[in-house]
Amino acid sequence: MTAQTTASGKIAEFNDVFRPSKSLGQEAWSRLVRNKASMFGLVIIVFFIFMAAFASVISPMNPLELHGGKRFLPPPFDQGATNIKAEPEFLLGTDSLGRDTLSRTIYGARVSMVVGFLPTIIILLLGTTVGMLAGYIGGHTDNFLMRLTDVIYAFPDLLFFIIIMVALRDTFIGQFMNGLVLLFAALAIVNWVGVARLVRGQVLSVKQKEFVEAARCIGAKDNRIMLRHILPNCLSPLIVSAAFQIPGLIITEAILGYLGVGLRPATDSASFFITSWGALMLDGQSAINSQPYLLLAPAICVALVVLAFTFLGDGLRDALDPRMRGTQ
Amino acid sequence: MTTYIIRRLLWLIPVLLTVSAVTFVVMRNAPGGPWDTDAERRQVDAATAKSLAAYYGLDKPMWRQFYAYVIGDTNSQTKEWVCGVVCGNLGPSYRQRGRTVQNILFSPPEGKTFWQSRFGYSIRLGVLALSMAIFIGIPLGIIAALKQNTIVDYAALFIATSGISVPSFVLAIFLIIIFASRLHWIDIVVDDWTQIKYWFMPMAVLGFGTLAYTARLTRSSMLEVMRQDYVRTARAKGLAERIVIFIHMLKNALIPVITILGPALAGLVTGSFIIETMFSFPGMGRAYVQAIGQRDYSMIMGTTLVYALLVAVANLSVDIIYVFIDPRIRLEE
Repeated sequence: MTAQTTASGKIAEFNDVFRPSKSLGQEAWSRLVRNKASMFGLVIIVFFIFMAAFASVISPMNPLELHGGKRFLPPPFDQGATNIKAEPEFLLGTDSLGRDTLSRTIYGARVSMVVGFLPTIIILLLGTTVGMLAGYIGGHTDNFLMRLTDVIYAFPDLLFFIIIMVALRDTFIGQFMNGLVLLFAALAIVNWVGVARLVRGQVLSVKQKEFVEAARCIGAKDNRIMLRHILPNCLSPLIVSAAFQIPGLIITEAILGYLGVGLRPATDSASFFITSWGALMLDGQSAINSQPYLLLAPAICVALVVLAFTFLGDGLRDALDPRMRGTQ
Repeated sequence: MTTYIIRRLLWLIPVLLTVSAVTFVVMRNAPGGPWDTDAERRQVDAATAKSLAAYYGLDKPMWRQFYAYVIGDTNSQTKEWVCGVVCGNLGPSYRQRGRTVQNILFSPPEGKTFWQSRFGYSIRLGVLALSMAIFIGIPLGIIAALKQNTIVDYAALFIATSGISVPSFVLAIFLIIIFASRLHWIDIVVDDWTQIKYWFMPMAVLGFGTLAYTARLTRSSMLEVMRQDYVRTARAKGLAERIVIFIHMLKNALIPVITILGPALAGLVTGSFIIETMFSFPGMGRAYVQAIGQRDYSMIMGTTLVYALLVAVANLSVDIIYVFIDPRIRLEE
């Protein structure tokens, strides 16, 4: 009895002095949670993801329904300069064909969210593989792969996307899923280069470390060293670069849509991707005086999402690498 | 040094070749030939289309066409040697009949100077935006660093963060709606670009992102330099604060800032086409966007090459300047 009390007392004492150990991931997460700006960003991102996923439930109207005779209605709260009478059920007014602006903006979130996340996964996989091989194998392989990235790096990327989208728009792949697949491919082809350079640099510094040497001494194979020992040490910069990659892709999609070479607007209500924010801005451009909300609604959405990702990215960088704090 | 510059210049050749090859292959595989329709967009009959294709060498194999585009080839009908991109010949525009791409981009209208050409307009706008970014961004960053953790610093950081994250065309939309369509301070459609007042908005919109980035980088690099021992030594020997800041700190703090100016200028030049379109600015970017709309393939290709060259030259010049200003950089042998 007495022995037991002493033992549990010792454990309690031990717990007072030594907190339970946290993994690096938990440490980083708790640092991230304390960062107000990042949490604000995260909330906005989650909000838009929900908006994209449940667009059909949230949106007050069918985004494709044409309301004849109700074109360019101003929103009820801002009559503006037009003499067209606003109607209360169209919260943000209507567009040139009498479609509800709010519903179309809500559906637009789908494209931006998908364009932000899916190509990023491809970019990370491709970039990590190439960077890892170049850094680990070295020699001619490294030389060849890095010269390749140099050439792609020199290509003005926005121009490349435009060329690809313009030229291949009417081909089979350009029409597949309203052109989304083609857009993904174009974005991925150019953007993996930055990730590859990042990973290569990281691999070069990590592979000289003692623990890699130790792993090799006990007979670990190259595959195992790369995946189990080197890759985990590249994860922090990879996560941060992904957080900055996503808003870049969303902006690119919006620009392409605005230039009229992005996603094809759907007319079929069965289609999952009805329209994109860029395409909405292109529509709104012509009515900038009479119905500015056509342009403002998607523009504000793009700005909010991009700002949210920047805040999150900044927070992630501080959380994952505290030494970097405040230097950038 | 000379060998370094020469090697970097030579490296431009494969880069530009790759850019033109990729563009060429993609464009040539696009459905629909350039001569499907005439100037009024009417369908051209098969015989005319065929002779036009023969005149412009489009019936030759792909590699031959690329060779003709880059180096040059003998015209099959006039038997004259037509030089390619190496002589600055970007080929005929497919939509604006009778004009070449270089003519559209670089030639000013009748009786005007070079600066009134499409290229000239874009260069002027880019340089203005870059100067704005430098002359406002760098002082902003310095002040923020000197007043770290004060309200001034937070205000500057807020401007910088929003400037980096809000894309320029979204900013343009906000400004146009506020100043043009609501307050009526400026006109939305401007046709007289000789008046200075119209240049402010496109310049501000285009340069704001770079301004923000410059300010942020200057701030962080100043903060790093401020903690160095040699700055403490300078203070300890009783130098005036002004001298410590301007002579000792700035000299080192501005080095990283200079490195981003090349990519920044390139970004301004290539990023300008969306801003030019929004403000109906008569520059190269708007011509490019119009060419996209009209599917003017040769114009798209030519402009892409000009852009790629600009980007490459901007990066190269910064790398060269860098070697001069930072003695710690040694060129790889």
